Amino acid sequence: MPQNARHRDVVYSARVISFALSDSQKVARDTVREFARRELRDRARPCDEESRCPDELLEKSWALGLAAACIPEAYGGGGVEGGHTTSAIVLEELGYGCASLGAAVAAPMLFVRPLVDFGTEEQKRDYLPLFTGDRYHAATLALHEPRFTFDPCALETTAERRGANRVLRGEKRLVPMGARASHFLVLARGERGPGLANLEAFILPRDAPGLRVHDEGDTTIGFQAMSWGRLTLDGVEAPPAWKLGGDSGIDGRRLIASLRVGGAALAVGLSRAVLDACVPYAKERVAFGQAIAKKQAIAFMIADMRIEVDAMRWLVWKAASELEERGDATRAAAIAQDYVGRKAMKIADDGIQVFGGHGFIRDFPLELWFRNARLLTVHEGPAAV
Amino acid sequence: MVDFRLSQNDTEILEQVRREGLAVRKHARYFDEHEEELPPEKFPEADAFPGVSERVNRRPAGDTPPATFQMLLGMARQWGDTLPLRQPPLALGNAALQAAGTPEQKQRWGATALSMAITEPGCGSDSKAIKTTARLDGEHWVINGEKIFVTTGIRAQGVVVWATVDAQRGRAGIKSFVVLKGTPGFEVTRKEKKLGIRASDTAALSFIDCRVPRDHLLGGDETVPRQGSGGFRGVMKTFNMTRPAVGAIGVGKARASLDFAEEALAGEGVAVDWERGRRARSTIEAKLVQMEADAEAASLTVLRAGWLADAGEENNVEASIAKAKGGEVSRTVPQGCIELLGAMGASREHLLEKWLRDGRITDIYEGTGQIQRLIIARAIFGYSSEELG
Ligand SMILES: Cc1cc2nc3c(=O)[nH]c(=O)nc-3n(C[C@H](O)[C@H](O)[C@H](O)COP(=O)(O)OP(=O)(O)OC[C@H]3O[C@@H](n4cnc5c(N)ncnc54)[C@H](O)[C@@H]3O)c2cc1C
Repeated sequence: MPQNARHRDVVYSARVISFALSDSQKVARDTVREFARRELRDRARPCDEESRCPDELLEKSWALGLAAACIPEAYGGGGVEGGHTTSAIVLEELGYGCASLGAAVAAPMLFVRPLVDFGTEEQKRDYLPLFTGDRYHAATLALHEPRFTFDPCALETTAERRGANRVLRGEKRLVPMGARASHFLVLARGERGPGLANLEAFILPRDAPGLRVHDEGDTTIGFQAMSWGRLTLDGVEAPPAWKLGGDSGIDGRRLIASLRVGGAALAVGLSRAVLDACVPYAKERVAFGQAIAKKQAIAFMIADMRIEVDAMRWLVWKAASELEERGDATRAAAIAQDYVGRKAMKIADDGIQVFGGHGFIRDFPLELWFRNARLLTVHEGPAAV
Repeated sequence: MVDFRLSQNDTEILEQVRREGLAVRKHARYFDEHEEELPPEKFPEADAFPGVSERVNRRPAGDTPPATFQMLLGMARQWGDTLPLRQPPLALGNAALQAAGTPEQKQRWGATALSMAITEPGCGSDSKAIKTTARLDGEHWVINGEKIFVTTGIRAQGVVVWATVDAQRGRAGIKSFVVLKGTPGFEVTRKEKKLGIRASDTAALSFIDCRVPRDHLLGGDETVPRQGSGGFRGVMKTFNMTRPAVGAIGVGKARASLDFAEEALAGEGVAVDWERGRRARSTIEAKLVQMEADAEAASLTVLRAGWLADAGEENNVEASIAKAKGGEVSRTVPQGCIELLGAMGASREHLLEKWLRDGRITDIYEGTGQIQRLIIARAIFGYSSEELG
């Protein structure tokens, strides 16, 4: 018996299938849930209509300390190790409140997370303190390019060598919070060619010569409240200090996995919002003398939402926990992205059906969630875990 | 902490179970084609494998908790064929005995293989509509009725049979009774021929004035409450663990089918590039990723239902979610794998077509997919079965 116990201590630590949240994860979930309920829900509609993301909301959100949490203490942050699962939990809650405003609130993570994971000592020292102050600081990651066949494995933004420097050319679209960011992490095709493992990332200040930043305006079917940016890189000369990770570069597979899981986590929250709206509505709405919830066609649609919200969440947690264990999360992230993409869209679509004509009317949130789901599930990286 | 990794020890146990499955696969086709024969108590290959249960019982307390691990075992055991190396000594009725029996009954029949007979020619999903009756006559119950689709009905030494003691009272009047083989009036009347799981016998049973001693009433409670569902709800609780276990069967079939399809395609130079974005995938890749995702999603819902039981939390809804997802992928994934592999994938040279036939039962027994959705919807809306039926 003692032999067994010793054995366990050495070999078996933390190798247990578990869905248990830590106490700090529960606190994070509850805090952000409350924030989302209080601050995001009511703003979702007006912000969508007016295509704006209010400064006062972003400032308020800063108190949650989302970006600062994962910054090591040495740079003034919260020093939460890993924390990918915690991020996934938090993003679900933000997505529950409003995926679009939630993504805006969480956008600095798109810059901070890769910096923490891959940045050189110097880069961390230079940039991380921007995010440990008490004001919202916008910085972001630029991935998407203007092609219908866009694929993160085959970027067309290039970074040619010129002496010790690199010269960036290309165009980036749908950059989250791009219109206000002070810095951009621009992803480019690696020197060795396509493929995630070869990806390179460059930290560009907004005023870098050759970089032009435009406000995209309300350019997509959903996520109107998000302030999207468009970048034109017209021979931006990047000194070595701007190349994320220096000579070692970045782990592009990990970075893209983190984005895929981040988007999926937001979509789980959006789906849960649809489910929670459908339940009371279906119980109250009467047709042919009976609550529509008593008709199987409706009840089963809602049961399927309940089933899939669970399934989606566990896939997201699994991928996030693989990132946290520093394993290769590429497959788990692709699976979460694929599954959540399909199911979230279906749930948002069914949500309109449950509400009937009212689902089509802008007094109700269903059509907004439907539009947000459509953009969210095709964007490769609106958030990072 | 949220984690989905296994200890070394658990990985080894599951690996052994999978190896056992592989070793016995060569007999699978034979019993598929010779449905009239019962597989032996033990296959010769069994000797090469030490009993897994020993090792399972000795697992360190700090490893993945037991109910969750049972789900993993279930998925591994069902990875391909349902044919066990050694016939399990117990059957579904034993789960009911353990859940509802008195200590004395558990002692008496604990080692007796008991099947479970609920379904009748006139009702399956609607189990409260059973017509089989049990009438107290002196110190005996007299049972009359017909049961169908009883798994292990041929092989088992006895059966837990559901009967009503008061047809007026619906659910509350339903009790279950242990009837042993050889009891006068109890007969096996038929062995079914099936689409799949042909190595598992499925029987019809008849009870004609079949007398069993009074203390064969499971749980021993003879009263019929005027209100509520009596012991029925308690009996249904048995299924909170068996439903995810059946979900695990579905996942096992899906997993085996995918592994087969992926290996077959890799042999011809086709494999998933997990890095590529969703729209850069070929049709075959997209379909594979989708099925991988579906199988993984189902498997996590099964684990979740087990984990809640381990944590001592209510898992009624999650048990149904696991059963519904497992049932779904047992249909869609083997079907999709054959679709991917084309006509050669449907050939009886391979076991894939068999896994499709075997897996198809998963969305039917232990409550169909529709019944699981009813359970989930009622829980969500707070409806009774009368309000949402
Ligand atoms: C191989 C095999 C092994 C089995 N083993 C056992 C066993 O060991 N013990 C045992 O007791 N039984 C066993 N069964 C029976 C099995 O549990 C039933 O077949 C199953 O519960 C479905 O019942 P049914 O066949 O009467 O279908 P029905 O209840 O007639 O259902 C037919 C269809 O109607 C749907 N339906 C029914 N009610 C509703 C509703 N309220 N709302 C929406 N849809 C509904 C069902 O989902 C199904 O699609 C076994 C069956 C098979 C085939």
